[in-house]
Amino acid sequence: MGLFIAQLLTGLANAAGLFLVASGLSLIFGVTRIVNFAHGSFYMLGAFIGYSLMQVLPGFFGFWASVLLAGVAVGLIGVIVEICVLRPVYKAPELFQLVATFGVILVIQDLALMTWGAVDVLGPRVPGLKGIVRVLGEPVPQYDLALIALTPFVLFALWYLISKTRIGILVRAATQDREMVGALGVNQAWLFTGVFFLGAALAGIGGAIQLPKGGADLLMDFNILAAIFVVVVIGGMGSLPGAYIAAVLISVLNVFGVTYIPQSTLVLMFVVMAVVLMVKPYGLLGREEVAGEHGQVGEPERPFKPAGTQGRLLVGGLLAILAFVPLFGSSFLSVLVSDVLIFCLFAASLHFILGLGGLVSFGHAAYFGGGAYVAALLVSTVGAPMEVAFLLAPVGACLGAVIIGWLCIRLTGVYFAMLTMAFAQLLWSLVFQWDEFTGGDDGLVDIWPAPWLSGTTAYYYLTLVVGVGGIIFLRHMAHTPFGYALRASRDSKRQAEATGIHTKRIQWAAFAFAGAMAGLAGSLFVFSKGSIFPTELEIARSFDALIVIFLGGVKTLSGAVVGGASLEFVKDFLTRFEYWRLTLGLLIIVVVILAPDGIVGSLRKFGERLGVLRGVEN
Amino acid sequence: MLECETINSFYGKAHILNDLSFSVGAGAVVSLLGRNGAGKTTTMKSIMQIVKPKTGRVRFLGQEIVGQPTHRVAKMGLGYVPEERRIFTDLTILENLEVGRQPARDGGVEWTNEMVFKIFPNLEERQNNLGKALSGGEQQMLTIARTLMGNPKLLLLDEPSEGIAPVIVEQMATTILKLKAEGVTVLISEQNLHFARIVADRAIIIEGGSMKFDGTFSELDEQPDIRDGYLSV
Amino acid sequence: MTEVLRTDGLSKSFGGVRAVHQVSFGVREGELLALIGPNGAGKTTCFNMLMGQLKPTSGEIYLRDENLAGLAPREIWRKGVGRTFQITATYQSMTVIENVQMALISHHRRLYSIIPYAHKLYRQEAMALLELVGMADQAERACAILAYGDLKRLELAIALSHDPSLLLMDEPTAGMAPKERIKLMQLTADIVKQRKISVLFTEHDMDVVFAHSHRIMVLNRGVLIANGSVNEIRNDAKVKEVYLGGGNLFEKEKDSSNA
Repeated sequence: MGLFIAQLLTGLANAAGLFLVASGLSLIFGVTRIVNFAHGSFYMLGAFIGYSLMQVLPGFFGFWASVLLAGVAVGLIGVIVEICVLRPVYKAPELFQLVATFGVILVIQDLALMTWGAVDVLGPRVPGLKGIVRVLGEPVPQYDLALIALTPFVLFALWYLISKTRIGILVRAATQDREMVGALGVNQAWLFTGVFFLGAALAGIGGAIQLPKGGADLLMDFNILAAIFVVVVIGGMGSLPGAYIAAVLISVLNVFGVTYIPQSTLVLMFVVMAVVLMVKPYGLLGREEVAGEHGQVGEPERPFKPAGTQGRLLVGGLLAILAFVPLFGSSFLSVLVSDVLIFCLFAASLHFILGLGGLVSFGHAAYFGGGAYVAALLVSTVGAPMEVAFLLAPVGACLGAVIIGWLCIRLTGVYFAMLTMAFAQLLWSLVFQWDEFTGGDDGLVDIWPAPWLSGTTAYYYLTLVVGVGGIIFLRHMAHTPFGYALRASRDSKRQAEATGIHTKRIQWAAFAFAGAMAGLAGSLFVFSKGSIFPTELEIARSFDALIVIFLGGVKTLSGAVVGGASLEFVKDFLTRFEYWRLTLGLLIIVVVILAPDGIVGSLRKFGERLGVLRGVEN
Repeated sequence: MLECETINSFYGKAHILNDLSFSVGAGAVVSLLGRNGAGKTTTMKSIMQIVKPKTGRVRFLGQEIVGQPTHRVAKMGLGYVPEERRIFTDLTILENLEVGRQPARDGGVEWTNEMVFKIFPNLEERQNNLGKALSGGEQQMLTIARTLMGNPKLLLLDEPSEGIAPVIVEQMATTILKLKAEGVTVLISEQNLHFARIVADRAIIIEGGSMKFDGTFSELDEQPDIRDGYLSV
Repeated sequence: MTEVLRTDGLSKSFGGVRAVHQVSFGVREGELLALIGPNGAGKTTCFNMLMGQLKPTSGEIYLRDENLAGLAPREIWRKGVGRTFQITATYQSMTVIENVQMALISHHRRLYSIIPYAHKLYRQEAMALLELVGMADQAERACAILAYGDLKRLELAIALSHDPSLLLMDEPTAGMAPKERIKLMQLTADIVKQRKISVLFTEHDMDVVFAHSHRIMVLNRGVLIANGSVNEIRNDAKVKEVYLGGGNLFEKEKDSSNA
């Protein structure tokens, strides 16, 4: 019993930091509708800045002053990010801003590396709260009790601010219609900056306050990201009490999970989220998201037709050049081009549901990595011939997408995104922790192509044919009745349903198809590398595809491919330098600001302005 | 009070307002008439700087406002009631009013909740209800009430009679006349000539983003070709 | 005359609040029937039940002999009911003609077809429908840049694509200029006559209602309070009180302007 209580208390104490960070994220999302990927970076900065301050500010009060100052400092950094990076892109299509925040993550990673170095720092114990208290004979740190006592006050203060004060009323009004708030004489730009300050400051305080329990390292930004998204989604996006309940739920379950079912720790959180979202599609205390109600839809996609002769000749020419690569280029170049092609196919498969269907999946790596694992497992466990494994991989990925799609497709918008991410994480943790079957962290190795396809050149041609073929097939689908029905379901669900289109079923079919194509890319990938590791299922892999689609232009047909190719080549070049993340991050931010329609979309607009391309009439 | 001088506004590439000029004097109720797509809403938005005119000047109380941010324009005493109602549906009526509240300007009236409720008694009964619980007519009332809380010297009303029941339209007309009696200047955009005639002193007709007529209603009746040509009665 | 649609005791409550209560009426073949009433009277709720957006709490909806109550919108559509929306709903990323083609593809049950190019399917049929509503010259324009009145006409073409026997139109002229309103309703009336379609519509513009409807029903607080010819409704004391208003303000003014 004592142990049980002690663990419960530990869970509650862990919830404090998690709640602070998650409430900041929830607040920022609730008001600005920005899914702030950089929130984990704010948390990390809070920890490092807090640590540095605690070195100079001694004693009990010094500690708490450091926590608060860390919050203010991170809040100010948040303000800089908001003004310099986000303000220019507020009017961009929904979710575009997340690409900018992704750039911010990279920049902050390298800045932190430059400032604090690549060492993990240990948080100081808090003067005056170093001791333990015996609860039913079990030791509980005093600091834990302090955190447990503190959190409800923070929750109450935030709740009061939002629901009772004039500022809170203005913030809630701006959440709904910022232009109208401006027309009523409120400087809504600063309102947003204020919210960003508060949200970032909460993340900073969250980072500093957990120092005595954890410490600070350069991986903590990504490590907490999944957890805080889960908390915010379980609680309901934008709901502070919801975030508190969810933070407690996750933290307490986690503590018990570690004790009783240690092999489940990674999966647990996502299982809870999946269950909650299936019962309550908008989280515990969230409310329904209505697409476009926040006026952030952006201009509609333009009508398109299959490429004309000119376009086909251009693609043909490009293909001819690619076909000559193994003959004239180095084998290094062949490998690079294959990698890029595989990645482009993966990105294009996500683009099919994202661009045409408006289905933002944050977990598309599940089908890429999933396909790769299906092939690898077929080869390694049942000794299937490569050709069979290669073809069964997309089938397996498709089956997975059918099941996960069935569960996810009922949700929309950010909730859909989060549930897809949850299932991807579930798959990842399953692969990661099921050592005997999947090889766990060590992955599966020795997965080589059949003899007639081995050798860089032979496999290069396979990749070229399958990769380009897949991309062209995806493009063709966009022009078929099925592709049109998918667009119709996105453009106007009302009209589509009123003219006999079962929109959910169309979306489900598209999701499964995109999963199969991602699986095909995974299949190409595993045989080109000869091995597969759980990293191919990670969130970061899903984000890679997402980022390039937005960079390339989500509202263009070729966006994913152009974005994917550009980013991969740039990355290949930049990673030779020490601070490549900083450069890449800044580059992404610049592209986002200068080309809010993505590379293809903005080039097209630029071409129209010059009169090179025929524009839309008005 | 308000002077628009050769304003040109665009949506993307579409040229909506074309050298539009007109003025509104203090204490008047002026109606901006024209058919759908003539540029009425864009005119309202160009005054509020929600749409920034490419060229031309808009002076309010002698001050140039082109290029100013919208919230500053509102602070100067321009109250905007948009066409699509756009109340904050997740906020209560009282909270909606609070968003619109601004400190009084020198020499102006300071509207309070009580004063607003006197004009819109329906709203008082339901002051703690959420905006989304209101009917279309009540929502229309609330948008006006909310804007009044900012103590506007000039009220811009964009098609207030659109899409509401005839009984409510009558109430709306009475309300505008009441506001006029309180000394509020009103610029109202309308397609409904009958409604405009009841509430306004003057008619400005625009078409294709340019002014085609400016005068009283009796002058307008003397030129039936203009009246029927641009207004499609 | 036979009835195309018949409702029987149609009711809907939201958490104990009666939005629509025991509404029974019929729509005759070839008839333009208007449903009017104050904001919040339950018109939209009523419409949403007919179109399948809402499930009735109780009551039946018969399309000839088939009960529609509780069916999904897409199933009701397949039975031959077309609809237009109060706020237009079109596919903004497509061209005008593709919008119509989409409905035709659905009608011919080829939604899951992955071989042909969609923009080449049923072009002639689509063009004929666009001609019917006078939009043929704009067929290749992007839907996103259409004027509002044109969007309304496009919606009408989409609604006619599966040759419906009944058309439900929710405030068909909302947001249009007076002359456009009359034109759109005239167009609708012509099509109705020519194709023998029945139309049930809601509307706030009394000029439109009085000019074009064959019969009018008035809904107030969820209850049908009147159902009759244009003249009967115009002179109904109850209807004047709850909806049409005294009319003094307007009538006087109209007289003077006509003089």
